[in-house]
Amino acid sequence: MSAATATSQLRAPKALRPSLLVGGGARTLGLVACIAGLGIVMLLSLALGSAELDPASVIGAFTRFDGSNEHLIVLELRLPRTLVGIAVGASLALAGVLMQGVTRNPLADPGIFGVNAGASFAVVVGIVAFGIADVGTYVWFALAGALVASAVVYALGSVGRGRVTPVRLALAGAVLAALLGSATSAVIVLDSRTLDQFRFWVVGSIAGRDLGVLASVLPFLVIGALVAVGAGRQLNALSLGDDAAAALGQRVGIVRAVVSLAVVLLAGGSVAAAGPVAFVGLAVPHAARMLVGADYRWITGYAIFLGPTLLVAADILGRILVRPSELQVGIMTALIGAPVFVWLVRRSRMAEL
Amino acid sequence: MHDHLVLRRDQRPAISFRIGMGSLVVLAAALAGTLALLAVGVGSGDYPLSPIDVVAAIVGQGDERHQFVVWTLRLPRLLSAVLVGAAFAVSGAIFQSLTRNPLVAPDIIGINGGASVAAVAVIVLGGPSALIAPAAFVGGLVAAIAVYLLAWRGGVGRMRIVLIGIGVAALTTAGVDYLLTRGEIVEVQRATIWLVGSLYGSGWSDVGLMAGTLAVLLPATFLLARGLNMLQLGDDAAAGLGVQTERTRLALLLVGVGLAAVSVTVAGPIGFVAFIAPHLARRLARASGSGIIPAAAAIGALLLILADIVARRIIDPAEIPVGILTVLLGAPYFLWLLARTSRSGGGL
Repeated sequence: MSAATATSQLRAPKALRPSLLVGGGARTLGLVACIAGLGIVMLLSLALGSAELDPASVIGAFTRFDGSNEHLIVLELRLPRTLVGIAVGASLALAGVLMQGVTRNPLADPGIFGVNAGASFAVVVGIVAFGIADVGTYVWFALAGALVASAVVYALGSVGRGRVTPVRLALAGAVLAALLGSATSAVIVLDSRTLDQFRFWVVGSIAGRDLGVLASVLPFLVIGALVAVGAGRQLNALSLGDDAAAALGQRVGIVRAVVSLAVVLLAGGSVAAAGPVAFVGLAVPHAARMLVGADYRWITGYAIFLGPTLLVAADILGRILVRPSELQVGIMTALIGAPVFVWLVRRSRMAEL
Repeated sequence: MHDHLVLRRDQRPAISFRIGMGSLVVLAAALAGTLALLAVGVGSGDYPLSPIDVVAAIVGQGDERHQFVVWTLRLPRLLSAVLVGAAFAVSGAIFQSLTRNPLVAPDIIGINGGASVAAVAVIVLGGPSALIAPAAFVGGLVAAIAVYLLAWRGGVGRMRIVLIGIGVAALTTAGVDYLLTRGEIVEVQRATIWLVGSLYGSGWSDVGLMAGTLAVLLPATFLLARGLNMLQLGDDAAAGLGVQTERTRLALLLVGVGLAAVSVTVAGPIGFVAFIAPHLARRLARASGSGIIPAAAAIGALLLILADIVARRIIDPAEIPVGILTVLLGAPYFLWLLARTSRSGGGL
């Protein structure tokens, strides 16, 4: 195989794959639209909620802060919440892209690595054994649980004869997730006080998260995101199959290990900050793939903006739909995301992974 | 024309069914284990009975309390465990083969999710207990039909139905989460137990329901097994071999959905059995294709009856829902197998 052919395969594996946006121009325009969408959603997130603020006071909170209630709401409540939402949305979407790329399985969301199950179990342990009752402390338990669980999954997937293959990893992850989920269930069906706290965490919510929460997970998210942004070419090669990727000069084992670590950092940080928010990590990569095709560099670029847009938009709707009460963002991402996702699946020709 | 007719007349009904030696051994071993556990399970519990008492009670002799314990409490529950385990396992094997995806369980077509939303809604909104099972059945079916119809576009693509299933599952999960955060904690706890899956209070009506379902749908599975094998080659290849792909797929989906929907009604969404039993069968029998279905069914039965017996005994006098024990027992064994076998694919 000549070098030129190899490079072209790296750029566009199975180049004839269908997508909605064809050609670099359309894709760039689409990307700009995604960024603009995220910007609009961000502003709305600062303005809308149980107290409605006019644009002037939102801007005023930043430019001439006067300590008024409105300004405090914007800076102390909505800004941290929005920032957490953006960080979590982007991280979940990127983790999903990496996960699907590295396992080549359309059902592989970050949860498959046992991240959410590990975090959930650790939080339940925190509630039962240490009587922890505040979101800020959940963070550390969730993070530790996520990291330990995924390390165990990777170990399980790689022991024994044969190399670490996506299927082995996915199976080990699914089974360990089931195992931890059962352990969690065992605790909460026997202890209703724990269940009463746990049920509000496990839905997934960014309400009441302050910048301290964001700061504790941000290093993990940033490292993971950097890997994700840089891994497009490697994922493109992997999508051709392990053997082809190796033939194209990829060190498959190392790529898979590094990308998996990034998934764990992104998903672990997200679940620690917001609880297990389902569906963003699963649906956004598929949506991005349907828009731009199979090139992971484009998929990553779209996902990093589509993820937070979905998450923050879902959070806004959750705030205003049942005012003055709130619907958690984990519920809203599914309510908004699922119909859009179904529509996308129906109208696009299927891109196999 | 004439030749063609002769050929057709000679053609036997297509129920040839290839089952390998490995699958047969696994099937026999799992059946033997299930029978042994049945015998153990009837005698053990909060109220232990000697084997002689058990035999006496079964043939209608001896102490009336013994007869009550054996006939009313233990036998129907143990038999429910066996039948539910087998039905979930077959359903899981069908879905994994149809989608060629090892991670798929019946959850994927929305049955468990739909059933869960409906059942949890009944529990949390204070509906009568008698309504839970029918609601779960209807909810599961509605969700499955929704997935199928949404995935239909002049045919149901393998990939499309999986993705639509993900979307619908996300919606049902959100519905369950919403209900669980809104309800009173007592009801939420009841709902949580239902969600985990439990055989508590299974009676002869449940056994009858499961037996009737299996009596119809198991033979149907074997009739369709050849088509299932060919569909695994891909739609084009299957069509080339004379399989009517969409009709066969629909028939298989109906069988899988029926098995899972009735099982969910009896025992709650124990999706893990459906997921793990076919994998265990494949790895133990070192075989693939639809030939492992009988072995998978036997393993599902074995796993669930074992889990139920342990669930009743492990923390006297309380009881852990069987769904939890299914995972706690099945998962470590599977992980050990996964680590031991060098075959990576699980050979769907």
